[in-house]
Amino acid sequence: MIKLNVNGEERRFDGDPDMPLLWYLRDELGLTGTKFGCGVAACGACTIHVGGTAMRACQTPVSAADGQPVVTIEGLSPDGNHPVQAAWRELNVAQCGYCQTGQIMQAAALLKDTPKPTDADIDAQMSGNLCRCGTYPRIRAAIKQAAGLTPKASQGDRL
Amino acid sequence: MIHDLSSFLKAAPAEEPDSLVVKASPGQLSRRGLLAGAGALVLALSLKPQELKAAEPAKFGADGMPHGWRDDPTLFVAIAPDGTVTVTCTRSEMGQGVRTSVALVVADELEADWGKVKVAQAHGDEERFGNQDTDGSRSLRHFFMPLRRAGAAARTMLVEAAAKQWGVPAGEVTAENHALVHAKSGRRIGFGDVAQAAASVPVPDRASVKLKDPSAFRYIGKGRISLIDNVGITTGKAQYGLDTRVEGMLYAVVARPPVFGGKVRSFDEAAALKVPGVVKVVTIDPPAPPYEFMPTGGVAVIARNTWAAIKGREALKATFDDGPNASYDSDAYRATLEQAVRKPGKVVRQEGDVDGAMKKAAKRHEAEYYIPHLVQAPMEPPAATVRIAKDGKIEAWGCVQSPQAARDRIAKRLGIDPKDVTVNVTLLGGGFGRKSKPDYFVEAALCSKAVDGAPVKMTWTREDDLHHGYYHTVSVERLEAGLDDKGMPIAWLHRSAAPTIGSTFVAGAKEQIPIELGMGLVNVPFNIPNMRMENPPADAHVRIGWFRSVSNIPRAFAVQSFLDELAHMAGRDPKDYLLDVIGPARIIDPVKIGDAWNYGEDPSRYPYDTGRLRNVIETVAKGAGWGRKVEKGRGLGIAAHYSFVTYTAAVAEVEVGPKGEVSVQRVDIAIDSGQQVNPERVRSQLEGAVVMGMGLALTAQITFKNGRAVQDNYDTYELTRIDAAPKIINVHLVQGGSWDKPLGGVGEPGVPPVAPAIANAIFAATGRRIRQLPMRDKLSA
Repeated sequence: MIKLNVNGEERRFDGDPDMPLLWYLRDELGLTGTKFGCGVAACGACTIHVGGTAMRACQTPVSAADGQPVVTIEGLSPDGNHPVQAAWRELNVAQCGYCQTGQIMQAAALLKDTPKPTDADIDAQMSGNLCRCGTYPRIRAAIKQAAGLTPKASQGDRL
Repeated sequence: MIHDLSSFLKAAPAEEPDSLVVKASPGQLSRRGLLAGAGALVLALSLKPQELKAAEPAKFGADGMPHGWRDDPTLFVAIAPDGTVTVTCTRSEMGQGVRTSVALVVADELEADWGKVKVAQAHGDEERFGNQDTDGSRSLRHFFMPLRRAGAAARTMLVEAAAKQWGVPAGEVTAENHALVHAKSGRRIGFGDVAQAAASVPVPDRASVKLKDPSAFRYIGKGRISLIDNVGITTGKAQYGLDTRVEGMLYAVVARPPVFGGKVRSFDEAAALKVPGVVKVVTIDPPAPPYEFMPTGGVAVIARNTWAAIKGREALKATFDDGPNASYDSDAYRATLEQAVRKPGKVVRQEGDVDGAMKKAAKRHEAEYYIPHLVQAPMEPPAATVRIAKDGKIEAWGCVQSPQAARDRIAKRLGIDPKDVTVNVTLLGGGFGRKSKPDYFVEAALCSKAVDGAPVKMTWTREDDLHHGYYHTVSVERLEAGLDDKGMPIAWLHRSAAPTIGSTFVAGAKEQIPIELGMGLVNVPFNIPNMRMENPPADAHVRIGWFRSVSNIPRAFAVQSFLDELAHMAGRDPKDYLLDVIGPARIIDPVKIGDAWNYGEDPSRYPYDTGRLRNVIETVAKGAGWGRKVEKGRGLGIAAHYSFVTYTAAVAEVEVGPKGEVSVQRVDIAIDSGQQVNPERVRSQLEGAVVMGMGLALTAQITFKNGRAVQDNYDTYELTRIDAAPKIINVHLVQGGSWDKPLGGVGEPGVPPVAPAIANAIFAATGRRIRQLPMRDKLSA
């Protein structure tokens, strides 16, 4: 029996301990905001926080989260207004949006550790998160905005 | 002879809108459909010559698509008593922003408050909604005017209802920001309060509906709209195909033949069933060729969760007979295509005397360009869920660009009436052409049938997506030019050899179809007196499909690289040379340059305007600072291309390090797609196109060995990541012009000029000409 805490709720799981957290969250708990993109930790669409650290849920067995707090996009903020989420909306970052929950979880972890990231920090921390639509310029801009690094005047008139 | 696709399409006449028949009550839309249609391409390829003879005169645009268009306000607009306006989007959302753009068009004409607008997604029913095949960069191109009329008609109905309630002439009532106003008496009533009454007002005659003057647009063309799905996307609540959850749902994956055309030989059913959670193993038979949108066959494992299904599939240890494509090898096939373009092929456009002019030329130049297979690889792989009710009716959910095609193929494979199949369209986690082909819906339906109709979700893993794709074709483009003493071309010979999309629909097809020929092979608007284009045959050994911007990718890469080569040979500035080859601004009938297809559009409404092509080149050159001095190791490259009746041009600034490490520092891209409904989304599409174009330029390819795709996942199918993406992408929108002019496409045209702009920049930086994609490893070699 594995005991987990997912988004503040206690959970117990007695299935295959090798099952990746990804499928446990999606299929067993219905938390479908954590996305499947590759299954081999090559795209970051399944990024969640385990014990406060950004992890790829597709390569993290349920057993590895035993006793650890797990936070998914659904639990990132009570009202969906984490500064990263708000910046993502203000800059209309998303195109298809599928990878964006993983991008947001990775960006939130980045800002927690590095509140004022440089471009190099963003490159280093975000390059594991693939976006096939190519929203990278806006992801970068939104991270800077969430970090308070963007003067209002330079935000342009795109939106 | 060049086939005229538009004439093929006329056998599918657009239905008259049923606006006067169907009425929906406010806040509720009827969701039942009647009949089925087919994808345009499939229809075009399946018609027999005798059917063509009986066809009517050519139809263009949405008229030429199966089931045409609708502008019935009751189909697109519902208003609830609380004033909430629900706009039905009949096109699939895959990142192009169509749900936002469709809604803002309707809301604008309706004079609705954007904050009170919601979007409902139509299920697949083209008889009811008009064409829904979200492909070809044509959603707003085809539906802008019908949607405007629908919004305006709904506004008219609200106005009439309010006028009736007040006992005043309708001409004295105006709609203003979600309310009806009678200025004379100062009366005002909200949309919600009059919605019920408006529902019983007859739908006005199309001709009587007065559209807004564009100067009164509140949202159209303004570009300050927050995406309609922003909250769902950023909180994880947005529902994609893979997110479908239905009571009692089972989960399936399929072990498919690794070689196209292969068949199942053996598998260990008992071993799979031993995996905890696995409930059933089902064999799926491949179809008789052509495969079209049917599954390739294989062995499905159905389980209680996705993980168990994946483990069960491993336990199957399925083996396959590889069949006729077992020796498909990308290196060998490249040599085959190279041999093909070195011999004459079918002439698909001819002007003047190319051979005579080549002999007279002061100088000649020839080059071959190789462009490998690609796969769309949307971040969300194909996914569909299907359940079959006791009465045999089927309900499906999934990410699909062509829900009517999914409906028809499920019905065909299960031998039932399409009207007994409902296909619900979720958000698509990217599409890029892959999700136009609903083989995965059919797989889900066959699995559901095998478990007595229980809902089954079919998941494709990324390996499945890369190994069993509908691949972008592989091609060799051979160009030869005869030059005068100033280095200007007087003769042009272009041979293109590539397996055709047609082979997916007609077994054994070897010649390119009009949509491929018309993507930058025949329809180049160059001011060259002697031109010949040829298409040598090519066999397909995998499923050939379409990938964002399709054959424009190899054509733009080859033609725009070749012109850059000629410019350097002539000692000319590449931009000036490009403009000179295009020649003066003029209007060209596409039919006269060998392109009777013209993206399905009327050549008189959508002629090839070289002035617009010249203008995007000038615009991007100015925006990018063309001609400026760049740092050592860097270079600027320029390229332009016409596709989807839109004009684009790009300038790339590239740096190449001492060991051949290439990085793209900056890309400027200009687009003239006519008036832009949602300029902010046009920008985002172009930003994305630059990134996708860069990926295929430098790193992405699918290769085959022993008939099998070599790349397994994103670790080996390398796409551009944030650290490699240009830090600067400047999108230059050519704006202005009249809203009476027809719109161009936006989703695809940004991709083609990117790779040649990068190739030309690499040449400028290094003096090295790379004539094959992807280029990165050729530089470090």
